[in-house]
Amino acid sequence: MADTPAIELRGVARYFGERIALRDISVSVPAGATLAVLGRNGAGKSTLLRVLATLLRQHAGEISMLGEPLPLRAFAVRGRLGLLAHEPLLYRDLSSRENLRYHARLFGVPPERIEELLTTVKMERRADEPVRLLSRGMVQRVAVCRAVLHNPEILLLDEARANLDPGASELVEPLVGRPAGRTRVITSHDPQAALAEADLALGLRDGRPTFSLPADEVTDDHVRELYE
Amino acid sequence: MKTAIAVLRKDLLLELRTLETLPAMALFSITTFVIFHFGLNRPTVDGQLAAGVLTVTLLFAGILGVNRLFVAEREQGGFDAFLLAPVDRSAMLLAKASALFLFLAALEVIAVPAFGVLLLGPSLGPPLPSLVAVLVLADLGIAVIGTLVSALAVQTRARDVIGPVIGLPLLIPALIATARAIGPLLQRGGPAALPGKWLLILALYDVVFGLVAYAVFDFLLED
Repeated sequence: MADTPAIELRGVARYFGERIALRDISVSVPAGATLAVLGRNGAGKSTLLRVLATLLRQHAGEISMLGEPLPLRAFAVRGRLGLLAHEPLLYRDLSSRENLRYHARLFGVPPERIEELLTTVKMERRADEPVRLLSRGMVQRVAVCRAVLHNPEILLLDEARANLDPGASELVEPLVGRPAGRTRVITSHDPQAALAEADLALGLRDGRPTFSLPADEVTDDHVRELYE
Repeated sequence: MKTAIAVLRKDLLLELRTLETLPAMALFSITTFVIFHFGLNRPTVDGQLAAGVLTVTLLFAGILGVNRLFVAEREQGGFDAFLLAPVDRSAMLLAKASALFLFLAALEVIAVPAFGVLLLGPSLGPPLPSLVAVLVLADLGIAVIGTLVSALAVQTRARDVIGPVIGLPLLIPALIATARAIGPLLQRGGPAALPGKWLLILALYDVVFGLVAYAVFDFLLED
């Protein structure tokens, strides 16, 4: 792992009106490492991912992504990260292939990459059907393709395996799992599964950190405290 | 430019698939001509009255397009997808304004002949080239303002109301210039010369609001 962290947050806060979504978040993620962000619904996990994705600005604190300060140099980071959020970011009335072509044009990716990814997730035969006709699991597979289309250095994964059966989960593993070798920030409602594939863990409760530890040092008590 | 073309292609493809915008605009304008026909209690109109009826109808039909311009981006994550890409955000303005311009042009291909058949007294043939020139300039203005207003409105809960409430007052100068430019073209007894003053005002309006839109559009997409 390189010495310069791929992601570094110092005292980050984000508010929605008077509601605190994130406060005092500090964490450093080395390149190639995986950070698991754990917490109940509404704890701030998705907000943190959107801040890291440059879609939201922090209201306090400092963020450095791939050595670039946010939001000042957000434009230098955008093409180097991939976001897989709750929403698949796909147009329902376009086919998977049309959606991926559109994203490929935005990211300057050659069309061959689309076919390669569709084949990897075994969606090549259904790729010309409108997305609205696909099952949620299929849509999630296409969304994974979209997120990794431009081969990002950092992956921000919000419940990446949501709606995926074990077979489909295996299909996307080389793209978004640890074998991909990317720096990852993952969120999950299954803390044990998330910790098993993480190097670091950040526990959030009501937007505030309750722990920030190496994943193998997180105990059952830490997890229980987070969810009770 | 490549990005703008990509977004425009996607928008046209979506409209082709869903037919959510253009048929509604066309149907609205034809219905409005019928309403004017009975409301004015006149078999035909000409001159400034005809210009007013045509301009107002096209403007209101255009507002339907304005309201729908960013709906797919908002509801299906298109904004986020675009903002995640390493592209110039002005490309979205260019693409959306171009899409709206094309929708307006397509609307006029249907609505203007319908106006000629349903309501207009004088023949549409002689003034048609001049009318097209005026409508192109008017469409440019509506496309730019409409895109700006739609990007603003779609961020709010009351987007269907915000669009017309902000957009129509901003479009009043364009409406005046368009109606005044078209009026002499539709007078009984043959079209008069195209009033250059109103064309110039319309062109100036397009340039000024084009520059304003370019300057502020990025901020509308920002968090």
